[in-house]
Parts: sequence; structure tokens; C-alpha cells
Amino acid sequence: MYRYIVKRLLLAVPTLVGAAALVFVLMRLIPGDVCVIRLGSGGAHVDPASVEACRQELGLNNPLIVQFLDFLWSYFTFDFGTSMWSGQPVTHEIAARLPVSLQIAVMATVIAVAIAIPLGTISALRENTWLDHVVRMVAIAGIATPSFWLGIMSLVLVLDITYLATGKAWMPPIQYVSFWQDPIHNLSMVLLPAITVGYRYSAVTMRMTRSAMLEVMREDYIRTARSKGLLEQIIINRHALKNALLPVVTLIGIEFAFLIGGLVVTEQVFNLNGIGRLFVQAVQNQDNVLTQALVMLVVVIFVVTNLVVDLLYAWLDPRIRFS
Amino acid sequence: MPPLLEVRALHTEFRTGAGLVRAVDGISYTVEHGETVAIVGESGSGKSVGALSILRLIPDPPGRITGGEILFDGKDLRGLSEAEMREIRGRDIGMVFQEPMTSLNPVLTIARQITETLEQHQGADRETAERRALELLEMVGIADPKRRLKQYPHQLSGGMRQRVMIAVALACNPKLIIADEPTTALDVTIQAQILELMKSLTRKLGVAQIIITHNLGVVARYASRVNVMYAGRIVEAGSAEAIYHNPRHPYTMALLKSVPRLDQPRRARLDPVDGQPPDLTRLDGGCSFRPRCRFAVEQCAKARPPLAAVAEPGHLSACFRSAELSDIRDVAA
Ligand SMILES: Nc1ncnc2c1ncn2[C@@H]1O[C@H](COP(=O)(O)OP(=O)(O)O)[C@@H](O)[C@H]1O
Ligand code: SF4
Ligand SMILES: [Mg+2]
Repeated sequence: MYRYIVKRLLLAVPTLVGAAALVFVLMRLIPGDVCVIRLGSGGAHVDPASVEACRQELGLNNPLIVQFLDFLWSYFTFDFGTSMWSGQPVTHEIAARLPVSLQIAVMATVIAVAIAIPLGTISALRENTWLDHVVRMVAIAGIATPSFWLGIMSLVLVLDITYLATGKAWMPPIQYVSFWQDPIHNLSMVLLPAITVGYRYSAVTMRMTRSAMLEVMREDYIRTARSKGLLEQIIINRHALKNALLPVVTLIGIEFAFLIGGLVVTEQVFNLNGIGRLFVQAVQNQDNVLTQALVMLVVVIFVVTNLVVDLLYAWLDPRIRFS
Repeated sequence: MPPLLEVRALHTEFRTGAGLVRAVDGISYTVEHGETVAIVGESGSGKSVGALSILRLIPDPPGRITGGEILFDGKDLRGLSEAEMREIRGRDIGMVFQEPMTSLNPVLTIARQITETLEQHQGADRETAERRALELLEMVGIADPKRRLKQYPHQLSGGMRQRVMIAVALACNPKLIIADEPTTALDVTIQAQILELMKSLTRKLGVAQIIITHNLGVVARYASRVNVMYAGRIVEAGSAEAIYHNPRHPYTMALLKSVPRLDQPRRARLDPVDGQPPDLTRLDGGCSFRPRCRFAVEQCAKARPPLAAVAEPGHLSACFRSAELSDIRDVAA
């Protein structure tokens, strides 16, 4: 067990190095650099000498291979560097922005699962009835709707409704406060994006649950369960869902990882100051150090999520657990 | 005493894209208390559908029982509510299926798959149910039953899984067990073991049994009476002895020639019945065996031969030439 986990983590090292190389090269392909942007941001005349001094200071004049090895080596020593833009350690920059993103991702996943599994199951059990058709339409709409549009529409809806109800339009707060500090403030900020993203991600899971459930209900062991005279409720919960949810668990894990990567758009729409936004800023500022750190963070989240999903799958499926 | 089970003119149909399939087209037979009755026929002849109809487990849609009566223990099962039917399933009638590999749930322990029946029908608590499960595994001859109870189906061999299925079927002391080709998927050596086990257990416990098989050889040793099915109908019925030694239907005769023998290796060549099973959506008004029958005459195309008595009492055959058949067979052989 431990050996398996260690092996998986070691196998992730090449993935991480590959991702590091990719982001490193991509950042260097963008014309210009952070010094030009920083010194020229006021629209003032840029003094070539100070740009040169800045480049020298940030190590941008070193040969590329030296820069890359520096980058790799510092990560092996858990030194993630300081932002080329703000001069703050990137760990501080990210720590300030991560909670809101993580909270939305987790809540969206929970909402997606809470919508998808019951609806997908009902849809399968009532195959080809109007209920099934409605559920499937909701799912297809979720897949087909771009999340920025859905986000904008839900915001507009909130504005309109609060305006009509109270005469004053209400907007979700912008400043992030943790749930423990002020639950109402926190939720009124996070709930709308979480529902929007959750609905979208529920669509794929719902379809998967439905098709897995349809398949399982045709299995021989379901017929056996029926021949034992079990209640339909027990047949569905104990015999069918336990099998049908195995592939769904994997999907939920993958979706969670993608959701973290896809927060850029959501945060832009809802004006949230999370890591998605930080990522956009870092790229715009050509802040190589911060961009690299954010990409590596997302890759690590992918790797860890995948590992957790595989362990969960093995734990749920005795055929893997005992082989 | 009335028979334990009396099936009367049972009809089960499937509406498929290709048309209406009369999978079971008016079969009637009885099973006495404690008796073993065999249903024999090629694959596709309606044996499984007939068996599942008794427990009302036909998937609807596309299937439906459209006619007849299923009298079990004095009740017509067709008239019961779904809840009443659930009480019969697993408690009064146990079922053993053909595929031991897929008929047990892969994610539940062996113990759970036995105890859930006991909890459902006897309101047994966990502990009582688990003690009974252990007893049942011992009864069906599984070595080291304590360990096996905690395992999952994939950790057991095919033969052992079928023993578990038998334990599940016997768990609530049923009056009848329906075994749908219980050994078809198993190795030849295991087949005999399983059949012997079922025979001795049903005898010891006084349970009646319907054994479904396509192997007439099984029948002689394990059943007292035999119903031969072809294209959804019973074409010959009688004591195992009569069917084996004095068949009065050309289809039964052909089946007998194709018997695989348990005491011979599988490689021994079988003579399958010549010709293809009929397309059930395209049956005409004549004898359905006609296209494959060596003895067909003009009359066979005009009407369906009724199931009628032949020589011995209780021996029935649906063939216009059943009376002549024993002579013809002797000549032909
Ligand atoms: N679910 C189903 N849908 C459509 N046709 C079916 C279904 N189940 C069985 N049949 C048809 O009923 C006929 C009898 O099948 P079955 O009882 O399984 O035969 P067997 O004698 O091999 O057990 C076959 O022609 C089969 O095509
Ligand atoms: S009725 Fe005619 S066709 Fe049918 S089995 Fe008898 S002889 Fe053959
Ligand atoms: Mg069958």
C-alpha cells in the first residue's frame, strides 16, 4: 500500500519536470519581459539602462539552461521564489488567493455530485419517460452552455430580482472572508459561482451515472437480487448503485482537477480574487516565477487528485483491492 | 394433495423490433411436492423465459405474460401484487442461474449475499443470519466456510460460486428451486459434482426442483419427469424413463442422439440436431419442427399437432405420427 503510493509519487516526478519545461519555454516565447512592463507601465519613457539593471537583478540575462536548472533546483529545495512583479514570496501571493478558489472548487464538486447522482439514477430508472427526457435536457443544456454566459446570466438574474424585490440591486460582496469568520458574507459571495460551476460539471456526471446505471440494471446479479425477493430500494442502493458509481468516482476526481484549472473564467466573471485571476495577472505581467509556481501547483493538484481517486477506486472495488 | 406447482397454458411474449416473439406459447405442466422435473430443449426454445415467468421476473418492456395460470401452493401467482410476489421470491421459490460468474454481485461479500435474503424474509438479525450463512456454506460443501464468507465472488472458482448460489436459493427453506442450466457454464467434472449436490440436498430437504437443461443425458439421472420444449411449446412430456427409452417425438429423438455425456471428455463428438432453430416471429400454422423433421408428411403443414397421450400413461407427444414412430425408428436404426 505505502509502496504503491510512493511508487505513484515517484512516477509523477517526470510529469512535473515535463510540465516545468513546458511552462518555462512558453513563458520565454512571449515577446518582451517583466522589466519592460514594470518600468514602462506608467507610460513613461523607459530607460534602457534601468531595464538592463532590472534584468540583471532578476537573472533574466543568464543563459536559458542556467535559468531552467535554477528553477528546477529551487523546487527540489522547496524554495519557490519571489514574484518578479511584486517582490513578495510566491507562497504568500498564492496563499492569499487560494482559499476562495479552493472553496469554490470543493463546493462546486459537492453541488455537482449532489445534483448528478440522484438525477442520473432517477433518469436511468425511469428510462424514456418524460422525467428522463427532462433530466437529460437539463444535462445537455449544462454541457452546451458556456460557463461565462451562465455566470453573467445568473448575476443579472440576482441583480434584477433583488432590484424588483427591494428597489435596490444587490451584488455579491467582492472581498473574501473565510466561512468561519462570517458565514453569511462568505456564502453570499461564493454560493453563486459554486452553483454555476457545479451545475455545469454535474451535467457530465449525470450522463455518466445514467448510462452506468442503465448498464448495471441489466446485469445478471440484479436479476439474482430480484429473484431473492429484495425490496426495490435495496436492489437499487445496495446492488446497483454500488457498482454503477465506480466509474463515476473516477470522473468526479478528474472533473475536480479540471475545475481548478478552469477557474480562470469563473473568477473573471464573478470578479473573484482567486488563483485563476492571479494566473491571468501573472501571465500579463510576464511574471515568470509566479506563473511557473501556479502551473506547478495545478499539476500537483492533478497528480494528487488522480492518486486519491485510484486509491478510492481500489478501496471501493474488491476486485482491485484483493488482487 | 394438489401439485405444488401447476402451470396452465402459460403464454409469454416479447415485442421486439423484428416482431412479436411468442417465447412461451401455451405450456402446461405440474411439479409435485419434493419432485424433480426437467425442462429440456435447445437454446432459444423458451426454457428460461418459462422459468422466469413463474417468478414474474420477465423484463417488461419488452416482455409480458399474456395468458395462462401459475398455480403455486394453491395461489395463482399471476393475481398477486408485486409486494406479495416478493414474499414468494427467495422464500418459497429459490432460483439458481446459469452464469455463476455474473450472477453474484462483484462488490458484495458472500456473507452479505446470503444474509440479505434471510433478513428480508425472516427478519433475521445480522448475527443469526451470519450463523445461518455459515451453516449453509457447510451444507453445500464449501471448505473453510468461515474464510469464504468474508470473501468476494471473484475470489471463488466457478464451481464454488455455483455452490454459493445454491446456498442462497436454499437459505429460506423454499418449497421449490428452479435451476436454469446450473452447470452449463462449468467444467465437466464440476458439472457432475454440482448436480449430485443438488440432488442430495433437495432429496434430504424435501425440496421440489425444476432443472432446466439442454442435455437430455442429465435428465435420466436427476429428474423423475421430463418436459421437452421446442419453439415455445412442450412437444413431449413423460417420465424420464419413457422419454429416454421410448421417445415419441422426432425432436426428442434427435436430442437424444446429441446427448453430451458427463462421463466422457468434452472432445467426444456431439451430433447436434440438424437444421436451425425456427425464427419465432415467422411461425406458420403447421408443426414448428416440420422444416427439420425427417418424418414430415403433408398433414404436418396444415395444422399444429396437439399434445396428446401416447402408449404409457402420462406420456404425451405433439406429433401426428407419434404412434408410428417407435416402428419407424426401429427400421431407421
Ligand atoms: N429480453 C428479451 N427480449 C426479447 N426477446 C427475448 C428476451 N428474452 C428472451 N427472448 C426470446 O425468447 C426466446 C426464448 O428465449 P429463452 O427462454 O432464453 O431460451 P432458452 O430455452 O435458451 O432458455 C428466444 O427466441 C429469445 O430471443
Ligand atoms: S408433426 Fe410432422 S413435422 Fe411435426 S414432428 Fe411430427 S412428423 Fe415431424
Ligand atoms: Mg436459457
